[in-house]
Amino acid sequence: MAKTIIPIGPYHPLQEEPEFFILTVEGEKVVDIDVHIGYNHRGIEKLSETKTFDQSTFVIERICGICSTSHPFAYTRAVEDIIPIEVPERAKYIRTIIAEGERIHSHLLWLGLAGHFLGYDTVFMWTWKLREEILDVMEILTGNRNNYAMFKPGGVRRDIKSEDIPVVIKKIDSIVPTLEMLKKAVIDDPVIHARTKGIGVLSKEDAINYCALGPTARASGVARDVRKNSPYGAYDKVEWDMIVTHNGDVFDKLVVRVLEVFESIKIIKNCFLNLPGGEIDANIKDIPPGEGIGHIEAPRGECFHYVRSDGTNRPVRHKVRAPTFMNLPTYKATVIGEDISDATIILAAIDPCYCCTERMTVCNIKRKKIYSGKDLIKLSREKTKILRNKMGVK
Amino acid sequence: MSMKLKALLKSAWVFHLSTGSCNNCDIEILDCLTPRFDIERFGMLLVGSIKHADVLLITGSGNRKSMERAKRLYEQIPKPCLVVAVGECALSRGMFIHSYNCPVPIDKVIPVDVYIPGCPPKPEAIIAGVVKLIEKVKKGTEKKSSV
Repeated sequence: MAKTIIPIGPYHPLQEEPEFFILTVEGEKVVDIDVHIGYNHRGIEKLSETKTFDQSTFVIERICGICSTSHPFAYTRAVEDIIPIEVPERAKYIRTIIAEGERIHSHLLWLGLAGHFLGYDTVFMWTWKLREEILDVMEILTGNRNNYAMFKPGGVRRDIKSEDIPVVIKKIDSIVPTLEMLKKAVIDDPVIHARTKGIGVLSKEDAINYCALGPTARASGVARDVRKNSPYGAYDKVEWDMIVTHNGDVFDKLVVRVLEVFESIKIIKNCFLNLPGGEIDANIKDIPPGEGIGHIEAPRGECFHYVRSDGTNRPVRHKVRAPTFMNLPTYKATVIGEDISDATIILAAIDPCYCCTERMTVCNIKRKKIYSGKDLIKLSREKTKILRNKMGVK
Repeated sequence: MSMKLKALLKSAWVFHLSTGSCNNCDIEILDCLTPRFDIERFGMLLVGSIKHADVLLITGSGNRKSMERAKRLYEQIPKPCLVVAVGECALSRGMFIHSYNCPVPIDKVIPVDVYIPGCPPKPEAIIAGVVKLIEKVKKGTEKKSSV
């Protein structure tokens, strides 16, 4: 049977972000997939090297709108690793609260979009309505709905006011019954079972081989979570469970995310209960020469930052590895062999975030000329000219 | 402005175009469609194809790879059309002004009618911006305005 190529993107109604998939299909079956990225590349690593350590936090925050806590969190941990310095207890708790709030809104956002892709717009509307409540909570705590600007190397920028805490807990409690209802509606729905069970299976071996991270790996039975494996913030001081399922299909990824929302609510409430007093900032003055790494569990998986300092007030190298970068190649294992109609939900199942993943390759060929389009045209014209002269044509 | 454009605004269909943004503005635009803000009550609808659209909603700082596509999409949108730039990046490239991959602001490439500032603008701000756009067209002023 002849192969057909189906292009999805770069601007496609399915996607918010520009990215380009090339699906090769035989009849209804997908036989190959290729991903082209680069439509979101803004050169943030380079930009970060031109800013001071404090300013970099704001640039890093704008790597991605949904992970606007994860990246500064990993970055500040990397900077603190250079010194090294211990963050005050209260700051650790505040950081944990903000990070978990972000996890809730990110997972709800994904659940809504997954419902939208499956043709369940009711799920989309319900979850996004619930998400608004969480964004309100974040607005009370930090002052903005999305880019929180709460993090700085050595602590947090703003304190949580004690009079805000009961309001926030009440707001979080108010969404739990609706969330329970939604959980039952989504997890027990026979149509969602039919659409997602056994679809896009990522086996445990594949998950390990592709270095899958976060919910994508945990749905395949790989118990990998930075919050448990190497605890940071206040995660080792509060009670919570890691959600692991074993089938690795789209349904299990959905279940992991829905159940993680409940765990996050548990963590936030525990943090508020045990919130210690004291300083919120360690007042870092100078950053010595050296290098540091910071890794945290973002909603999509492990987010990794590397920072090198030469003793000045700016990082000389800043490296970002976002979770989607590792999760993206699992498409090769999950999409191939499935129907075209299932491809969209499988592509969405890893909760891809392209603006985190964007990177570019620089071709550095020493002492060799790189021909651009203009040069090639010039060469071609010159050849014609030479030929004309040879043949005596005028 | 033409009568045709006025007629379009009774139910403006919007095409959303991201030219290298951090997703925040895009999500806030989607937020406008969900129950709390519900922009559909003004007759606005997010459409999948540029050829069905009356309004082009642009976000992002406009990087080298996506601006070529954006230019091509602008050529395809049925005229008369309106262009709205959402977010600080689309206005002035914001924090990415010194980036090697964001050479020019969007309004140097595509004519923009309304600017909505904010990083990201709240859904309320987006709705206010779109309402101002409609008012502007109704008054028939052709000059560019800022929200």
